[in-house]
Amino acid sequence: MVENRPFATFVAHAILILGVAIVAFPLYVTFVASTLTYDQIVTVPMPLIPGDQLIDNYAKVLGSGSEKGSHAAVLPMLVNSFVMAMGVALGKIAISIISAFAIVYFRFPLRNFFFWMIFVTLMLPIEVRIIPTFKVASDLHLLNSYAGLILPLIASATATFLFRQFYLTVPDELAEAARMDGAGPLRFFWDVLLPLSKTNIAALFVILFILGWNQYLWPLLITSDESMYTVVIGIKRMFAGGDATSEWNLIMATAMLALLPPALVVVLMQKWFVKGLVETEK
Amino acid sequence: MAEIVLRQVQKSYSKDVRVIHGVNVTIADGEFIVIVGPSGCGKSTLLRMIAGLETVTAGEIAVGGRVVNHVEPKDRNIAMVFQNYALYPHMTVYENMSYGLRIRRVPPAQIRERVQRAARILELGPFLQRRPRELSGGQRQRVAMGRAIVREPAAFLFDEPLSNLDAKLRVQMRLEIQKLHRSLKTTSIFVTHDQVEAMTLADRMIVMNAGVVEQVGRPIEVYDKPASVFVAGFIGSPAMNFLPGRRTGNEVDLGGVRVPMPAALAQAAGDAVMVGIRPEHLQAEGAGPRFAFSVETVEALGADSLVHGRVGEGLISARVDGHATPQVGAALSFRAIPERLHFFDAATGKRLAA
Repeated sequence: MVENRPFATFVAHAILILGVAIVAFPLYVTFVASTLTYDQIVTVPMPLIPGDQLIDNYAKVLGSGSEKGSHAAVLPMLVNSFVMAMGVALGKIAISIISAFAIVYFRFPLRNFFFWMIFVTLMLPIEVRIIPTFKVASDLHLLNSYAGLILPLIASATATFLFRQFYLTVPDELAEAARMDGAGPLRFFWDVLLPLSKTNIAALFVILFILGWNQYLWPLLITSDESMYTVVIGIKRMFAGGDATSEWNLIMATAMLALLPPALVVVLMQKWFVKGLVETEK
Repeated sequence: MAEIVLRQVQKSYSKDVRVIHGVNVTIADGEFIVIVGPSGCGKSTLLRMIAGLETVTAGEIAVGGRVVNHVEPKDRNIAMVFQNYALYPHMTVYENMSYGLRIRRVPPAQIRERVQRAARILELGPFLQRRPRELSGGQRQRVAMGRAIVREPAAFLFDEPLSNLDAKLRVQMRLEIQKLHRSLKTTSIFVTHDQVEAMTLADRMIVMNAGVVEQVGRPIEVYDKPASVFVAGFIGSPAMNFLPGRRTGNEVDLGGVRVPMPAALAQAAGDAVMVGIRPEHLQAEGAGPRFAFSVETVEALGADSLVHGRVGEGLISARVDGHATPQVGAALSFRAIPERLHFFDAATGKRLAA
């Protein structure tokens, strides 16, 4: 629109700023809380000006954890979370891109049946199959291991479906031209399909990384050893049990730390992310 | 360079869906063959069978004396140019053209030389480092041809390569393909639905309809002696006039107009005959049968105009000078050139032959 109506511009901006404020306020409170001492935080009302404990609090959680709840240090948890999120994201992409390739480009018996089987699992969230999955993981001695954190989450109907839809938009002639050029199926996949899926892979990576990072229920079940906690579990374990009061300043500091990597991934990959979702040129 | 032989080639997708009903053609080494027909006639399928992208249900395809029915496309020594170019979007022009050679592990120095030569022929030199999306339609088409040329194959297959281009570019590319074939002399098979492309490019053309080869011949043969009503109506622009008539002796009555028929043909003919005459063979003067009609519609094309009217039960059109275009309703009379009359069996649609 090329209209110039100051009042309309004002209203539009006011609404947007209000929206941002509403969304950002809890984050701000979290940040402020993470910079206060324990005593400041339990006063009512809680101060809304950042305190001077920023470095102390963060150093404490990274190095040694809270005193009243769990004593595990957060730095290893961040590493665990990172390994898990990367493993889940890359694993999901690797598996689903190959299975989508098989489903779209090969004719084999029961091809449609297999596709629909994969598709149907979309309707089964992890909570539904969590007990049998846990049983299998425990029988395979995967408890308290990265493999146990990552493997059960790798199969992805959503990602398979997305790649399938993308492959269907790639003109058949491209595959035929590659055949005439002498490229076998794997060569075609590697030389043509993979480079064309680059932006889709990037967009999916962002989504899946965050999904993996934010996993709660599964790591809660599969990890009992402190050294294998992910940061999301770590936050939960910091709550002091019983009547003891939790150290909210430290918990909030951990929450801030848990928030950073996914935010970084989104910010750094934003360009690719948007491209992958909107790009249509093949 | 090779001869391509099709023997009783058939294609069916299931028992009931047969798309190619036995094609027999021998394509000589270095020949430019155009397969022409309306959409759905099986011409592209036939080409894709030669390329190896479709299986052959029955019959044999031989390239250079070797039966290739079960040979992979890449081992048939054939290159194909696709209708939508099928360039790899993420590769530069150079990479697109060299991809096939790189897969075949041709030495890099040789690849460079071959691509440079193809680029020179096709005037693609300045664009080698560009990506397909930065090129115009005509340039993309040239890259697609370049990709075929660098392979130095036994034969080129073209699948309607010009139909995505605008009219002016199409004419230009047509001439370039002609030039290219003259210099490379590689056996080429070119599929199109455009009869002008077929007439201008072909050494010989194959006219197909509904999975059947209607006629194989040099363009002028097909124009002069179309083998069936279908071919006669498909080849030639504007299309041939067809007038149904009844034969009595050596004459055919077209509902008012009596047309003499060569005695040899008359003996072979049944009672119902279809008479064909091209608009350009109806002239103002002459001694042939006279067709008189009143003008119903006029199409002015500039250099000449087409006038449409009715003779007996049939529609007729004739070509007149663009500067002497008659008004609608005017009464006109034309003489047909007797040697240019075509007689077909009304029931089978086949050309009557002595």
